[in-house]
Amino acid sequence: MTQTGTRLQGSDLTLAYERRTIAEGLTVAVPDRSFTVVVGPNACGKSTLLRALARMLKPREGSVLLDGQDIAGLPAKQVARTLGLLAQSSVAPDGITVADLVARGRHPHQTFLRQWSVLDERVVAESMAATGVADLADRPVDELSGGQRQRVWIAMALAQQTPLLLLDEPTTYLDLAHQIEVLDLCAQLHEEQGRTLVAVLHDLNHAARYATHLIAMRDGRVVASGPPGRIVTAELVEEVFRLPCRVIDDPETGTPLVVPAARRRRRGRGRPLIPGTDPVM
Amino acid sequence: MTPPVRVIRVGGLLSLRLRPRPLLVGTGSALLALAMAVLSIGTGDFPIGPADVLRTLAGGGSSADTFIVDQIRLPRVLTALLVGGALALAGAVFQSLVRNPLGSPDMLGFTQGAAAGALVVIIVIGGGSAAVAGGATVGGLATGALIHALAWRKGLHGSRLILVGVGVAAFLSGINGYLLTRARLQDAQSAVLWLTGSLDGAGWGVAALLSAAMAVLVPVLLIGCGRGLRALDMGEDAATSLGVRVGRQRLALLVSAVLLTSVAAAAAGPVSFVALTAPQLARRLTRAPGPNLLPSLCTGAALLVGADWLAQRLIADNPLPVGVVTGVLGGGYLVGLLAAERRAGRI
Repeated sequence: MTQTGTRLQGSDLTLAYERRTIAEGLTVAVPDRSFTVVVGPNACGKSTLLRALARMLKPREGSVLLDGQDIAGLPAKQVARTLGLLAQSSVAPDGITVADLVARGRHPHQTFLRQWSVLDERVVAESMAATGVADLADRPVDELSGGQRQRVWIAMALAQQTPLLLLDEPTTYLDLAHQIEVLDLCAQLHEEQGRTLVAVLHDLNHAARYATHLIAMRDGRVVASGPPGRIVTAELVEEVFRLPCRVIDDPETGTPLVVPAARRRRRGRGRPLIPGTDPVM
Repeated sequence: MTPPVRVIRVGGLLSLRLRPRPLLVGTGSALLALAMAVLSIGTGDFPIGPADVLRTLAGGGSSADTFIVDQIRLPRVLTALLVGGALALAGAVFQSLVRNPLGSPDMLGFTQGAAAGALVVIIVIGGGSAAVAGGATVGGLATGALIHALAWRKGLHGSRLILVGVGVAAFLSGINGYLLTRARLQDAQSAVLWLTGSLDGAGWGVAALLSAAMAVLVPVLLIGCGRGLRALDMGEDAATSLGVRVGRQRLALLVSAVLLTSVAAAAAGPVSFVALTAPQLARRLTRAPGPNLLPSLCTGAALLVGADWLAQRLIADNPLPVGVVTGVLGGGYLVGLLAAERRAGRI
């Protein structure tokens, strides 16, 4: 049974790698036209969930539904025109230029005989313009900075022209300025182009600032989901991340801002950090 | 400023992207291959000038020339072109799939496996060229299964695959050596020659078999799997995201490449280094990222025909098997590669 207002959902998923079960009975729905962010501590299953939603990982039980149909049964090309993934593990072929890499994103729309239509050319140019890499078109991708390279990968995902875009930790390994740059771009894609975005982010404050729908996971379960303004509370952070904190309003955006408790207050609760010393000091 | 890519469009149905440099390299290599083929046809105990060769191929020419060209030289040179192309194409596919220039079917033991299969048919079972080709195919595929079983750990990863492949290659070389000792003396001599990689005795039967196999496998690879291979270049996740059925494409690519290697080995024995060096050479010439399948094929054909011509001319009155020349050239290439890596500070 599908929920109204969602195109992508996981129903009763059991996700596992070889012998390790990551999640059981996991049910998740991505609201249509939202910017959904999945957060949680390491090894909570958030990347695994994203990979399952993107059909990279076959669920041991349960199914992922795209537009009401089991994604595993849909033709690969059809899925590729609806759902795009920006994976962490993508490799740029040696010496490839920016324009060429972005052009690879048109693959699901091309065949052996239709290699480069007028539409392909236009979409690639627009994607590069939208991500601000148009003036880097002839540069080899290897020569770019981390932030620029990430924007090129996003341009490639854009060129695929999918209404749903999944991003697996798009800001890892980037410095703060580039992280904000990438997230601002994602927000722009969401607001101006009306795409549905699902991202896994490791920074909770970024997630609270940019997401319209937040999914917090721990140990393979969804602990809470909803708009960040509603669900991000000190209790939630304590439960999901085991981190005492207080939550204030971000002075710039008004979204929840998580401020971890100071070391002294935290120390008072538990064992001394250095054996034999007083835990409070 | 990169050279502009030319696009040919016909209505809304056809649009082809043509990169000038790879096109030039491909056509250039093909022309070079044909030129060397003509030279090679004229070489031998009974030399024929290039003009006469062309005349004979066109239908004219003396009856002696026609006999020598049609019955002896032409099938040999045609086999050289096809074997070179097949090995280079298989090499390009493998190297692209494992993303490692050393991941070539001749390094990983496939040519030795095919040779073992062929030797078993020649020495133990006995049979004509079709049976030998069948034996080589079975040998190649069995080697593939063996390497797959030994190297697979949730995927075929570069270094493990290479180590297992080199080990299997060594093991199979030993097997081939043993099979030689089981041969009758008169067979053993020609078998040793064949094991080095030789085009001697490549007649129309062999050439026809090879042509038939390539007529099927080359379109499968170029048309059926070419785009998929290019997507796989970016990693499996990226390829899956773009709608490539990764498992199916990889299997088709591997099986086709192994079959090409086996058929080539059935025709000319385990010729070394063409599968390894031709794709690398093609890539250096085209400077285009990606598998470079067609340029590799043309470069491989030119390389092998050139090597065969050299092998016949190098020592007067003593034609060498082509495998000797490709071995020396390939060894030289690897030494050059080593020196370049050393200079770049990578080792």
